[in-house]
Amino acid sequence: MPSANRIHVMSESDVHRAVARMAREVVERNGGTEDLVLMGIHRRGTHIAAMIRSEIEQAEDVEIESGSIDITLYRDDLEVVGPRPIIGRSELPSCGVDDKCVVIVDDVAFTGRTVRGALNELGDWGRPKRILLCVLVDRGGRELPIHPDITGREVQVLEGQRVEVLVPELDDYLGVELIQTDTEGA
Amino acid sequence: MSDTVPRLGKDLVGLEDLTAGQILQILDTAEPFKEISERRIKKVPVLRGKTIVNLFFEASTRTRVSFEFAEKRLSADTVNISSTGSSVVKGETLVDTARNLEAMRIDMVVMRHGSSGSARFLAERIPSNVINAGDGWHEHPTQGLLDLLTIRDHMGRLDGLKVCIVGDIRHSRVARSNIYGLRSLGAEVAVCGPRTLLPPMMEELGCHVFPHIDEAIEWADVLNVLRLQLERMEAGYVPSLREYNRIWGVTSKKLDAAPRDLLILHPGPMNRGVEIDSDVADGPHSVILNQVTNGVAIRMAVLYLLAGGQPEKAEAAKQGAET
Repeated sequence: MPSANRIHVMSESDVHRAVARMAREVVERNGGTEDLVLMGIHRRGTHIAAMIRSEIEQAEDVEIESGSIDITLYRDDLEVVGPRPIIGRSELPSCGVDDKCVVIVDDVAFTGRTVRGALNELGDWGRPKRILLCVLVDRGGRELPIHPDITGREVQVLEGQRVEVLVPELDDYLGVELIQTDTEGA
Repeated sequence: MSDTVPRLGKDLVGLEDLTAGQILQILDTAEPFKEISERRIKKVPVLRGKTIVNLFFEASTRTRVSFEFAEKRLSADTVNISSTGSSVVKGETLVDTARNLEAMRIDMVVMRHGSSGSARFLAERIPSNVINAGDGWHEHPTQGLLDLLTIRDHMGRLDGLKVCIVGDIRHSRVARSNIYGLRSLGAEVAVCGPRTLLPPMMEELGCHVFPHIDEAIEWADVLNVLRLQLERMEAGYVPSLREYNRIWGVTSKKLDAAPRDLLILHPGPMNRGVEIDSDVADGPHSVILNQVTNGVAIRMAVLYLLAGGQPEKAEAAKQGAET
């Protein structure tokens, strides 16, 4: 729940509007819905992907293939952070990814390392025709030459702050919030 | 991500040393690893650059190959050493062999050895992770874990289940790992076999003892049928294979009398017609090949959980870990 050290960035309706626009952009970038595959990154990315998927399906009256990626096993920092206790399941869409236009969907774009992991994992699964990156929030701070193609909103994040996307399935409500992690003040 | 889950230590020597939470962590980690073996490209890069030595002082096909697949599917570099054709036959001690391997900068050792306690002995003497792939009559923890996973897959739970281990309990590391793991997760455990092959004081481990297979079949939800090693007959533990089959062999005729369908496990290799009949081994309630499939996932989970992590660095990295 929002509290003193949480700053409201996007409300539920803000997120819905952004998702509706992102869905249109996905279809526009792909020139239609043919060969379109949405791949959400575990965990919150899969929820954003599901929202985009239902937007596209309603607007275009088609069924869109989708899957999910858990990049835990593709991280470059296992040595440092240790094994993550919970590994999610990666689910390949039934049509595969060969020659598809794959849209990687995540909640927040930050260092770009998660996306690098997702790109490597997709490469191990097949050879997509094209890969697009779609994020709800771009908070900057990239450590790799990776840039989202479709962005819901750009958010300025100061030192000692963290951005959090909240989804009903995991957090009881939909929204985006900034969290002051550094309580002493940066 | 919270680190509330208990960490495994440096090594996996036996299930006796693990808490229920640690055992469940391994079983739950194995779940997503099952899917990797179903992919077209059965490989993830998580152990890239790790060097693992499979040090097998006893004959093994299934366990060694299963470990090797697990290691390769996690992108580790592996070397296999078996006792025949190595310096072991020239009289080198275990510790010397291991120290020489360490001098070549390895990260993990998977060891099968004929002496009970050898895994712990080695684990205490080298800084690499040590995984016990069977030590004498002591433990075979990854076999125990894959049995637990297979039972959980098919029965939906372990807590409150009745599992009977049938056969040569005395000489069986599989039985011991099963007993510790099953008891720890709340299953009821029984053993059944010839008196000569049952160790004393099984009740102290919390096991029921059934001298007759018919009583075991009536009681149990699951039978884990152990291999009768043929040298036991030569040593006089059992009178003859035919008699063993008649009294303790798991046959469809005996199973027909059971009040419920029993799940049938066997760690392999099977002596068909001795401890288990073909129609049971190949029957609808046999999960023997599921055990083999699960073995790879369990070993991937154990390798993954032991390989990563330097706790002192983890704290420092936590701030930057968010992506």
